[in-house]
Amino acid sequence: MSNTRRLMCLAAATSALALAATACGAPDDEGEGRGEVPDEAQDCANYEDYGSFDGETVHIFGSILDTEGDEMVEAWSYFEECTGITIEYEGSAEFEADMTVRVDGGNAPDIALFPQPGLMSNFADALVPASEEVTALATEGWSEDWLQYGTIDGTFYAPPNSGNAKSFIWYSPAFFEEGGYEIPTTWDDLIAVSDEIAADGVAPWCVGFENAGATGWPGTDWIEDIVLREGTDLYDQWANHEIPFNDERIVAAIEKAGTIVTNEDYVFNGTDTISSTSFQEAGFPILEGDCAMYRMASFYGAMWPEGTEVAEDGDVFAFRFPETNEGDNTMLIGGEFVAAFNDNEAIEATRQFLASELYHNARLQTGPWSTAHQGVDPSNATTPINELATEVLTDPEVTVRFDASDLMPGEVGASSFWTGVVEWVDGSKDAQEIADDIENSWPQ
Amino acid sequence: MSVKTEPRPEAAPPSSVGESRGERLRRMFSSRIASFVAILIAALWTIPTAGLFISSLRPEVDIRTSGWWTVFTESNFTLDTYNYVLYSDSAGGGLIRNLVNTVVITIPGVIVPVAFAAMAAYALSWIDFKGRNLLYIAIFALQVVPLQMALIPLLSFFSQGLAIGDFTIMPAWQLDGVNTIVQVWIAHSIFGLPLAIFLLHNFMRELPSDVMEAARIDGASHSQIFRKVVLPLVTPALASIGIFQFLWVWNDFLVGRTFGGGESTRPLTAVLGDLAGSWGFGWTRLPAAGFIAIIVPLIVFLLLQRYFVRGLLAGSVKG
Repeated sequence: MSNTRRLMCLAAATSALALAATACGAPDDEGEGRGEVPDEAQDCANYEDYGSFDGETVHIFGSILDTEGDEMVEAWSYFEECTGITIEYEGSAEFEADMTVRVDGGNAPDIALFPQPGLMSNFADALVPASEEVTALATEGWSEDWLQYGTIDGTFYAPPNSGNAKSFIWYSPAFFEEGGYEIPTTWDDLIAVSDEIAADGVAPWCVGFENAGATGWPGTDWIEDIVLREGTDLYDQWANHEIPFNDERIVAAIEKAGTIVTNEDYVFNGTDTISSTSFQEAGFPILEGDCAMYRMASFYGAMWPEGTEVAEDGDVFAFRFPETNEGDNTMLIGGEFVAAFNDNEAIEATRQFLASELYHNARLQTGPWSTAHQGVDPSNATTPINELATEVLTDPEVTVRFDASDLMPGEVGASSFWTGVVEWVDGSKDAQEIADDIENSWPQ
Repeated sequence: MSVKTEPRPEAAPPSSVGESRGERLRRMFSSRIASFVAILIAALWTIPTAGLFISSLRPEVDIRTSGWWTVFTESNFTLDTYNYVLYSDSAGGGLIRNLVNTVVITIPGVIVPVAFAAMAAYALSWIDFKGRNLLYIAIFALQVVPLQMALIPLLSFFSQGLAIGDFTIMPAWQLDGVNTIVQVWIAHSIFGLPLAIFLLHNFMRELPSDVMEAARIDGASHSQIFRKVVLPLVTPALASIGIFQFLWVWNDFLVGRTFGGGESTRPLTAVLGDLAGSWGFGWTRLPAAGFIAIIVPLIVFLLLQRYFVRGLLAGSVKG
């Protein structure tokens, strides 16, 4: 007995030693798609207007983690150096829950990067409205469509940080060329191409909605894309709950999404695999020629396996989700909004900087990223897909609408809408039933 | 279920008529079948941990493409993942700092509540004062309050102080950055105290009163009795409560995350949750990081399991 225990302790101690033994120097960074802060943003002369501070610290809290977080920090590193402000960035995967606890506990961060305008509006009482300078910078930098999502009850609080273009369909340019398929620009074309590909014996679509606790959200994007293209007015009414979720036009849109997503002839591996296929890896069969198209936002460009060339003449690229009505030019968007909970000169300077062309241009070049700031040159983006996304986002001709599930209350947008979508693709409920369920879950 | 299976007649000792219940249980649990079942359960329970350990030693590509059990046919081991999560400067790395944070949080987070609990338990069991039982019941009742309920009020106590109307009872603490670790220590102590006092009180209560009386007759004060008589006698109980508190503080996610002030105080567990990155793509780092997080409690448990079992019984069998 005591012998075995000694043995176990020995084993434990050995593994602890092994742990210490791995200390053989820091590993190399992976440097793919990463860039440098542009010269212009390295010059302290460009930061003079923000003033100079000594020993001031600004605490920023956001949901951006990992490499993206590092690249963001790099983009403001010269701002810190030149102004003397220390920015302490903290990222959390539990942003929503953490935010609530911190704000209620009186421990709110100086600046928060909200990925959901709906969540931000919960904290409207605690937020500091944007100053005249920040408002001026924002008006100059973003279109009216974007600014409305940083506005709560007529007061402007938060200019956007990044911009994600979500209405994209990934495909293999080589596959399309070999098969003689045309990139569709209308919904009817899309169905026609899908039929054509299916007739040639390849599954036209890859679909995967799995993402741990958030399983189902890629499905909400599908439905949003279709509602948006039925009409922006309908989309706004739906997102703001001016019409019920189970309005017949919405149910019709879900059914329309179903002509692809729940179509056994279209979906690679069958529709019953959708809710168990992770969205990160769902598009990979395109590389093998097993399926032809995958609907996912522009950020999917960073998720392809190492060595995949993401470019118009490369292994994979994306085209815009086709329009339903002629003459429409729409894009579903996502992004963070920069809101402040405290007010002092250093925080104000930081807010102005984060809304400036200087920051957005620098961030565009420190890593794969896209923005809707009018002042940036899309060709500075580090990857072709981000260049395309930034081009679309900064194009004033494009009507943009924020991801509706992020505008809806959390009980719907981050809960019943997700589960509804899963039940729908699994075939346990039809479009009308999930729409009814979601409508019933809407907080009164 | 199979524990109850009758042992084979020839292997089993003849069951005597006058056999007591305890003897019978003992005989059943030490049969070969029972041992086999116990070993089977132990093996089944170890599989996930073993899988975690094996995964943590595999190269990233292998983790992504195949299950850990494939190492038995083609083994390919590397310490790269450990190296990355512990020491890398880029995202998802540098856990060594958080490991240090966890240690810095844990040590006072264990010593402070156990020390206070020992003193409180002594007072509640051997010093006669008015309202003693009421106080004890009140402390005991505090165990019922889930700590999640106290998170926001306590956080607001730290960050805004306490005031009734305009009258300030306690100003805001104004802690920043690494200093917020004090809040974490205090929170852990507060949340650990009720159970520690309860268990120690029951343990101390059982000490023979003759010992105390003898000490008092010899002219010992309360503080002397506490230090020279009671503490040595309750050492096993102190150790077991120390282990409990250690495991709870080490594994804690919520308190460290809520009361800490950002990166500089984040414990290991809080970082583990974010390690996979915004889109969950860094999950291949999780086995190594997870193993780093469990290795210390594992060692503590293996070294001190004697006290651990005793601690489970301490206070529970009260006469």
